[in-house]
Amino acid sequence: MSSSTTHTSTIGAIGAPSRRNTELALLVFAVVIPLFAYMNVGLAISGELPPGMLGYGLGLGLLAGVAHLVVRKFAPYADPLLLPLGTLLNGLGLVVIWRLDQSERLQQLAKASFGAFSPSAPKQLLYSAVGIALFVIVMLFLKDHRVLQRYTYISMVAAIGLLLLPLVPGLGKNIYGAKIWIQVGAFSIQPAEFAKIVIAVFFAGYLMVKRDALALASRRFMGLYLPRGRDLGPILAVWAMSILILVFETDLGTSLLFFGMFVVMLYVATERTSWIVFGLLMSAVGAVTVASFEPHVKVRVDAWLDPFNADVIQATGTDQIAQSMMAFGSGGTLGSGLGQGHSDLIGFAANSDFILATYGEELGLAGVMAILMIYGLIVERGVRTALAARDPFGKLLAIGLSGAFAIQVFVVAGGVMGLIPLTGMTMPFIAYGGSSVIANWALIGVLLRISDTARRPAPSPAPNPDAEMTQVVRP
Amino acid sequence: MNKPLRRIAIFCGLLVLALLARDNWLQYVQADKLAEHAMNRRVPIERYAQPRGDIIVDGNPITGSKKVDGDDFKYKRTYKNGPMWSPVTGFASQRIGATQIESIEDRILTGNDDRLFFRRSLDMLTGKKKEGGNVVTTLNAAAQKAAYDGLKTRGKGAVAAIDPETGAILALASTPSYDPSRFAGNTNKEAETFGKLDKDRDKPMLNRALRETYPPGSTFKVVTAAAALEHDLYTDIDSKTRSPLPWVMPDTRTELKNEGPIPCKNATLREALRVSCNTVFGKIGSDLGKDKMLETAEKFGFNEEQFVPVRSNASNFPKEMDKPQTALSSIGQFETAATPLQMAMVTSAIANDGTLMEPYMVRELQAPNLDVVEKHSPKEMSSPLSKENAQKLQDMMQTVVNEGTGTKAKIPGVTVGGKTGTAQHGLNNSKNPYAWFISYAKTESGSPVAVAVVVEDSAASRDDISGGGLAAPIARDVMKAVLDSKK
Repeated sequence: MSSSTTHTSTIGAIGAPSRRNTELALLVFAVVIPLFAYMNVGLAISGELPPGMLGYGLGLGLLAGVAHLVVRKFAPYADPLLLPLGTLLNGLGLVVIWRLDQSERLQQLAKASFGAFSPSAPKQLLYSAVGIALFVIVMLFLKDHRVLQRYTYISMVAAIGLLLLPLVPGLGKNIYGAKIWIQVGAFSIQPAEFAKIVIAVFFAGYLMVKRDALALASRRFMGLYLPRGRDLGPILAVWAMSILILVFETDLGTSLLFFGMFVVMLYVATERTSWIVFGLLMSAVGAVTVASFEPHVKVRVDAWLDPFNADVIQATGTDQIAQSMMAFGSGGTLGSGLGQGHSDLIGFAANSDFILATYGEELGLAGVMAILMIYGLIVERGVRTALAARDPFGKLLAIGLSGAFAIQVFVVAGGVMGLIPLTGMTMPFIAYGGSSVIANWALIGVLLRISDTARRPAPSPAPNPDAEMTQVVRP
Repeated sequence: MNKPLRRIAIFCGLLVLALLARDNWLQYVQADKLAEHAMNRRVPIERYAQPRGDIIVDGNPITGSKKVDGDDFKYKRTYKNGPMWSPVTGFASQRIGATQIESIEDRILTGNDDRLFFRRSLDMLTGKKKEGGNVVTTLNAAAQKAAYDGLKTRGKGAVAAIDPETGAILALASTPSYDPSRFAGNTNKEAETFGKLDKDRDKPMLNRALRETYPPGSTFKVVTAAAALEHDLYTDIDSKTRSPLPWVMPDTRTELKNEGPIPCKNATLREALRVSCNTVFGKIGSDLGKDKMLETAEKFGFNEEQFVPVRSNASNFPKEMDKPQTALSSIGQFETAATPLQMAMVTSAIANDGTLMEPYMVRELQAPNLDVVEKHSPKEMSSPLSKENAQKLQDMMQTVVNEGTGTKAKIPGVTVGGKTGTAQHGLNNSKNPYAWFISYAKTESGSPVAVAVVVEDSAASRDDISGGGLAAPIARDVMKAVLDSKK
């Protein structure tokens, strides 16, 4: 299938090379680099090679291998970068989570608050396996992403259901002031991570149908296209929904993520700048209103403005932002070296929400810039996929997913670095957390499926049985 | 739909760019500020991550380190005979911080000093653990013990002893004292201990040898005598001075009184120092005037902080005063105030034939492998009096010990010079006076020790307090300890 060598661009409309071997070579890197990092942590902490190195290497290699084979078989034209980039982040995440498992300080903290300490890295490896499994399922069962259009309104119901789950009494769990978890057996799940994908499907389906109405049926007022009242309805509904999430689940991150994703998709669908203006206005109004009466949000804004202030630390009950910033600062340009920092001073969310601080301290500015560039590349591949997609639904879905991914990375990294108020979401792939890693593998799966469709060479025209009949045969 | 897509791509790029910019600002521009932030526990964690280097006296460490379990700080400081040595070492507490040598030489003791950089880099390559360097002091353990034991039985006080030829500090004791081991760690109990010590009315944590200034009383008369000789007011210590008795201070009708009926009328300098005449030295001060007195006092180190390298408070000789005040200041009253270290310096300059050596108590700094990182070389600070005049003054001070108020400092077979002092203090002389004694010992090979002792004994009855009775025996024991250790 990889016979076409005349095209050099990675994503062309027609006749792109499959690049499966590129993907394989990159995957080798994506497995070997975390393996070296793992070795490094072991040597730094205990002076010997970590015991689980072989099993761990095999595990990560196996996951990457399975994913690659499935892509090779079922999505041969898919983007070759997304899978290796996800694997690399997932692998590095496992290493750093394992490194934080070795921290005596965190072990004692866990014993003090939960009575027992259990390492997170093995669980994360299990979650990664489930994530890859979900990825495989997407690859196997989603033959064409356009099928998803059929489930537009079902998606909407499902997404709202998922988002409301944490509010169900007995099921929802309030952890540190945010009601974004549900408890199923021994597992805690953040339904919002999954809702992110489902709602992108709804938005894409809905906007694809309504885009002309939204774009054209409007009045011009002071240079802006004002939408008609009835077209404004769904937007107001989404806005209200994000405000409700903010108020009842005190989940600033998810609320921002959904609304941001919706504005992005709306803008792409309608090509009208006025939607962006409306979006920004509405989110500003919502954010300011909620921040002024919702204490959980207000406290986070205070902590962002002056993280080192003793009164603020007293009020928030935690100095996590200050600790996170000091972790970054102590890392400096090159970092203290894996396993040799003290980012565990951050405390309970050191390996989830705040995991980037550990990269900052132990890998330094260089390491964090590399991680951010990897995230940037994932987003860039997603946008390329959207550009290359030939159907509006695929375009919208791809841009929605990659936009959401970008916003999530920005919101979390910006939060832990003190650029914006902290919101309490997880860094995709590198943070500890089952829902996050599983949902993001599914997201990569959907993007790969769209890119496979986009890059697949157009089938050669079927021989026309009439052609011969009508051919003028010259003597 | 591709145009808005491209714009969204740019928007996502800007988001990543903003993160990159913020990260650079945080990890490059702000890095040092954040790494050394007061809230940052990494600094103390790093400091106590390995055993701290030791402070060494006579080749033996007077400090140690102990492993602590279950805390961020792995090792805590221990002290051998802490109360005796605390005026020398200061303390290093995980909760409270560090003072004195523990703080000043912290970078050597933790091994973070830049001068250890090459070694540290080598250790990093060979995988050796970081170690702290040592601080070798000039102190003499026997002299310190004599000083501390002597003070302990007499209540509050301080001793400073100096080697006059080099300026090396041999003893630095202060009572009541405290044991820095008791709050070296990070527990609440230790913090409470510190709080109690800090609020104690007896001020056990005050380093009286360096940080407390006392009115020096009659011991200051040696400075006045030095000024008289240096400014040629009198040249012969055995000829009569022009000293009437009673003597009314100039511009006043107040008589300056002596302690009891002592023979002070036109007494010689030698005689006046022997019996400690206020009239003679008060008149000398007033005859010389404040400028000449101030000049000599400042040459001895008054009005200046000393760094040994621990800071000592500046002793005070007033700069603005009228004639009667000058007279009072010249017998160690009015606003004259001196640290024990200052009076030891005065004595050492006289014993060293007029040359004052800069006092110091850190002989050398050692790398963890005992290589010398820095070595102190004795430095001359000033020469407050000529060799000739210094020897005249020695002669006078020896008379004080042999047949005057200081006979309790006598050591058989050794030449000892000294001066007693009983300094009034409190409003209208209401409180018990301070007992002072300054002295030096001399052998054929020179003078190995000069010492200043002050005892603030509020328990003793007023009449028993005298420099000769309370302070001289301590000075003798300290000198004897130094002489014995030289043998």
